[in-house]
Amino acid sequence: MKLTKTEESMLSGKEGHATKKGMEILVALGEIYGAEKLVRVSSVQVSGVSYKNLGDAGIEFLRELAEDGKARVKSTLNPAGMDLVNWRAQGIGEDFARKQLEVIDAYAKLGLETTCTCTPYLAGNEPRFAEHIAWSESSAVVYANSVLGARTNREGGPSALAASLTGRTPLYGYHLDENRSPTLVVDVSAQLESAEDFSAMGYFVGRVVNNGIPYFKGVEHAGLEELKALSAALASSGGVAMFHIEDVTPEAKGGVSRIETMPFTAHDLRETRARLNDSGDPDFISVGCPHCSLKELAIIAGLLRGRKVAREFWICCSRAVKRQSDRRGYSRQIEASGAKFALDTCMVVAPIESMGYKVVATNSAKACHYLRNNGLKVRFWPLSRCVLEATKAN
Amino acid sequence: MVTTQPISFLGGIDPTTGKIIERDHELLGESVKGRVLVFPYGKGSTVGSYTLYRLRKNGMAPSAIVNEECETIVAVGAIISEIPCVDRIDLSKIRPDVRLRVDGATVSF
Repeated sequence: MKLTKTEESMLSGKEGHATKKGMEILVALGEIYGAEKLVRVSSVQVSGVSYKNLGDAGIEFLRELAEDGKARVKSTLNPAGMDLVNWRAQGIGEDFARKQLEVIDAYAKLGLETTCTCTPYLAGNEPRFAEHIAWSESSAVVYANSVLGARTNREGGPSALAASLTGRTPLYGYHLDENRSPTLVVDVSAQLESAEDFSAMGYFVGRVVNNGIPYFKGVEHAGLEELKALSAALASSGGVAMFHIEDVTPEAKGGVSRIETMPFTAHDLRETRARLNDSGDPDFISVGCPHCSLKELAIIAGLLRGRKVAREFWICCSRAVKRQSDRRGYSRQIEASGAKFALDTCMVVAPIESMGYKVVATNSAKACHYLRNNGLKVRFWPLSRCVLEATKAN
Repeated sequence: MVTTQPISFLGGIDPTTGKIIERDHELLGESVKGRVLVFPYGKGSTVGSYTLYRLRKNGMAPSAIVNEECETIVAVGAIISEIPCVDRIDLSKIRPDVRLRVDGATVSF
């Protein structure tokens, strides 16, 4: 790989240990994937924040880097394993909490913004069209490539951190025009009526297209919430990094007549919904995978008006969106019902399986997928049903 | 230690004991500590890179890694843990329990 003088100097260790480590990671990846050079990035999103996945060695690794490393570009963090402020009310243990806060401190020392959200694009990290970025939250990767038209590969936690410490990423894959064209057309005849329908469709299509690029035809309307749900689901059942929707996303240019086509019918939609439902009455209900938008909080507040929550009910969102919700008065209505905001975290990365819960209801196919991996049973319900069932005792 | 099956590091190897814990893996129950670990490629969550690092810090890491095709999880894990790692090696030529020497980009018996 061709490196500039500055990059050579970073690799040699002249700019410190952390920069050198970062550069070693990028050069190794560049060589594996046949990149000719590195490219400057303007934005980074780092995963690997929950103590559940990092362990003590992960903390040690971050602390070592923090001795002389600093983020060189705007860098934000994925959700942590708990609400960083209200963890006690969530039922998180003291030991886990102490370790989780150590992880956050190390990232803060490295100069990363401790946003702790999977929707950085709703929390001030919103790259522009054609910008090169290095993101490692799979749902946000898909959203950034497809909806914003920014360019990122599916980074892992350490490779995104390496991009932050050096301001660079290897130029290959989704950074190049020729790798952003559709590989499979999805002819949608199902009526998509809610974000949950987009979530189910993404889950169905992700399994078929695996790491290809689907091009959706026949979708009449898709707003932020629908696109967010579709992005997350595609990246959980498959290795999708990008999709196109005709007349909706910025790089959907047509010219797909010679690409293989698959249908997505009303029957497929029903089947997928059914497959995402286990049996059992939920003892835990949660929405906000990916983290709720302001509009979703408005809907939840409206549904909860005058009602009391009767089961454990978490509403996951970023602090940035929660602040907007405070100003509009939604937060007050939500909290008056007894529902809990779960900021900085979500039902997937918090250790809820070790807190005694057995059956989780959620409106996210992605959450269903990962919660099942964690040994829980799941119910896949629309947002309104999740909220209303939370007000009935089980 | 040779396997023709890919290895998932997150959830597939216990970072405190070094033992392979992935159900249905042919090396289930064996420890990677101090071995030259020979497998085709890594799979699973990218957080698996940190599992290699945890193995290293716990003194349970393999002494080297030999892959058919090294992908992101293993490459990054090997770098941050300073475990020698080579790839593009024909694994069919390596039998279990032979003494293997990994030096730069070459592997010799």
